[in-house]
Amino acid sequence: MNVIIVGCGRVGCTLAEKLIEDGGNSVTVVDMDSVKVQELTERFDVMGVVGNGATHTTLLEADIKSADLFIAVTNSDELNLLCCMVAKKEGDCQVIARLKSPEYSEEVEYLQDELGLALVINPEYAAAEEIARILRFPAAIKIEPFAKGKVELIKFRLPEDSHIVGMSVKDVMIRYKCDVLVCTIERGDDSYIANGDFVFEAKDIVTIVASPKNAKEFFKIINYKGHSIKNAIVVGGGVITHYLCEILDRSGITLKIIEKDRKVCEELAGLFPACKIINGNATDKELLLEEGVKSAGAFVALSKHDEENILLSLFVQEVCQGKLITKINRIDYDNVLNRLELDTTICPTHITSDVILRYVRSARKTRGSNIETLYNIIPGEVEATEFIIKERSLIAEKPLSMLRFKENVLVAAIYRDKKVIIPRGNDVIQAGDAVVIVSKRTGLHDITEVLR
Amino acid sequence: MNFSIIKRTLGWILIFEAVFFLVPLITAAVYREREFFDFLMSMAICGSLGGLCLIGKPKNNEIYAKEGFVITALCWIVMSLFGALPFVFSGSIPNYVDALFETVSGFTTTGATVVDPNVGVEVLPRCILIWRSFTHWIGGMGVLVFLIAFLPLSGARNMHIMKAESPGPVVSKIVPKVRTTAKILYIIYFGLTLIQFIMLICGGMSVFEAINAAFATAGTGGFSIKNSGFADYSSYIQIVVTVFMLLFSLNFNSYYLLFRGKFKEAFTIEVRTFLIIVAAAMALVTLNVFASGTIESFGGALKHSAFSVASIISTTGFATEDFNLWPSFSKAILVLIMFIGACAGSTGGGIKVSRLLIMGKSAGNEMSRMLHPKRVKRVTMDGRVVEDDVVRSVHSFFIAYLLIFAISLLIVSLDGESLTTNFTAVSATINNIGPGLDMVGPMGSFTNFSWWSKLVFIFDMLVGRLEVFPMLFLFAPGTWRK
Repeated sequence: MNVIIVGCGRVGCTLAEKLIEDGGNSVTVVDMDSVKVQELTERFDVMGVVGNGATHTTLLEADIKSADLFIAVTNSDELNLLCCMVAKKEGDCQVIARLKSPEYSEEVEYLQDELGLALVINPEYAAAEEIARILRFPAAIKIEPFAKGKVELIKFRLPEDSHIVGMSVKDVMIRYKCDVLVCTIERGDDSYIANGDFVFEAKDIVTIVASPKNAKEFFKIINYKGHSIKNAIVVGGGVITHYLCEILDRSGITLKIIEKDRKVCEELAGLFPACKIINGNATDKELLLEEGVKSAGAFVALSKHDEENILLSLFVQEVCQGKLITKINRIDYDNVLNRLELDTTICPTHITSDVILRYVRSARKTRGSNIETLYNIIPGEVEATEFIIKERSLIAEKPLSMLRFKENVLVAAIYRDKKVIIPRGNDVIQAGDAVVIVSKRTGLHDITEVLR
Repeated sequence: MNFSIIKRTLGWILIFEAVFFLVPLITAAVYREREFFDFLMSMAICGSLGGLCLIGKPKNNEIYAKEGFVITALCWIVMSLFGALPFVFSGSIPNYVDALFETVSGFTTTGATVVDPNVGVEVLPRCILIWRSFTHWIGGMGVLVFLIAFLPLSGARNMHIMKAESPGPVVSKIVPKVRTTAKILYIIYFGLTLIQFIMLICGGMSVFEAINAAFATAGTGGFSIKNSGFADYSSYIQIVVTVFMLLFSLNFNSYYLLFRGKFKEAFTIEVRTFLIIVAAAMALVTLNVFASGTIESFGGALKHSAFSVASIISTTGFATEDFNLWPSFSKAILVLIMFIGACAGSTGGGIKVSRLLIMGKSAGNEMSRMLHPKRVKRVTMDGRVVEDDVVRSVHSFFIAYLLIFAISLLIVSLDGESLTTNFTAVSATINNIGPGLDMVGPMGSFTNFSWWSKLVFIFDMLVGRLEVFPMLFLFAPGTWRK
């Protein structure tokens, strides 16, 4: 697939990396800043074009005529829209725009229909949605919905005092008779696809697949202390906070927002009267203590600076028992962050590139199946992919135990007729099913790739 | 320094070289020459050593700029060291340093020979002759580019290798993928070679001669299989060769742009300047040669001058006439265009027109800044700003090039040949041309130089082909520090 990416910021960079890793994509990046373009062309096998992505000369140079996909992810919403319009006029391609401002987010449908955008991504809104999901179900580090929310992929850190520590996966399943599937386990820098004999250790990061109801039961059974959250402190009044307020409006979770800028505070206070807006500097320890950080149900660090967010979370971890959510934009230091045990981290850049990558993969038509959802359980290592099985697929109509799977592949869930099946050996995949595959082989395009 | 990936790439190079030996091997089989077994032995040595290097998986596949340079330099050295084996085994060139000189001269598309002019190349077996020509063809586009095009080498950082091997101040891709770019370049290269081969056949050349001539022209090499070079061929063949020497010294990216119908973009300022220089040099030499009465007919003067100018500026080094005997003005022009060389992104050598353009423009900017100290001016080419990094690297290239030239000239002068011989010999090797003037003229050879001078020439040829820096980095202590 020929892809043009306009904007070589963090999102553009991650996207280029992912698309190249995915194989089979020819990527051209466009940016006004020649230094950024050069950096990217040196790091990845992409072509660089320096220029304004909204001018048709630049786009012609980037070979818009033979492009299949056009992605505008510059910092400016208006520029992105303009780029997409010009691209649509000049070439015959699908266009994707990144729009972050709340004004446009209300008009997404209009924009998609009228301007012919294939997809509008809003990293900030997606991040806010994910934060909201976690606040509603704080036991998890991450929750990702599959099959239209009927199945969830839940990632959590095993507490030291849990009584399943030291038991094998098989024993836990037999003893507690719960309908969940353990997918992956991360221990230190290693990750494993779980099999029945795997033994849990304290502080393992475990990913399970289950329906929301079964998941709640499972957490009750294993005695995971996850009470519902009534109030949360949010640091920073940026766009994500704005969306978060919208989503959590009348949800029973009250937000307390700490923001430096008086103007932003006033604006938020006008829009969301139910939220408590505090005008002050969150790095001020006294202020945090005064505002009751010790008793907060959750602490969400959403300031502009990654460093500030990490530091604040580390401090709050010491004084508060609640849920911690930290926004981190730079993603280069994954393993170091893992070691800090920051609880949940949110990365808008990752969310965006996941959404686009999912689109790219599903756009490539395959014979036996179609990708519906894609989620990085462990970025770059383990992926969960949801396929819709078409008729005559090689994998269908045979009991799972009869199929020969490659190593490190797990059929995590089957969704059929609005019912979730956590698959066992004698279950059969049928045409029309949605199947979630967890695998260490990233970049799957077709479900049959998991077979030997 | 990632030694495992270097070892692996060297292994692949040796395997490829073993495959390349198939060409002379088949030739030897066709003509039933006894050198068949010498090539077979060389092939076995390369194949087995290459296989040994490929054992074990590399720990990581990362190729950074440093590895790119070292891999490129080492590959060319290793390839030449083993490519010299058949010359020694067959006894065609018994001395190993001589054989190495001939091989490096082949791979770097220089075309300077150590075969004694009194003996001539016509006594050499045909398989040896075709191996000489074939090394030109391999070296012209670059063997590592070939490797990138057809091997599953690690992903994105291949660009570092391509940058180190391809000539010119900036190496840009023509399509987003390195591998596809390399493939397109090879397709253009192969296509042009084939067209020339067919046109030579039409001119009445035998298949063997046409293959050799096409290989040597395509790589802008210059090894000839006749003692008299191209002097005895028909005018048609001489004109075909003249045209193709010029075609192979244009930027290959331009052909791709032409193919895509972008005529305006294809004729870059570099291509235009190159064509103007060629036309001017041809006109001046023709007039000078005709006026001085060296060649009596105007048509003959035009033909031979055009051939010689094309041969020198494309850094090929074929000859139809011994320009050693031409008047000094013509010789001066020929020596000057030796340094200009071909366009960036071609198979030719020399300093490259684009570098000279950048240096000229930046010198002009400096001068205007002396008059207007506050003036801000940038170097532009084809309406685009040339980044300061590029300008700086062009300047340092030029300085390093001059230094190597000076030092080489000093060492070579110890042999006691004439200054003209020494100067043009260094110039002919560092610019990958082949023949110079006086003793190393088109009808002469490098055979009388001492072994150390030959080693200096070998170094110069590699420096010229790889454009100075990769070879220099090999000797920098920092490169090898862990």
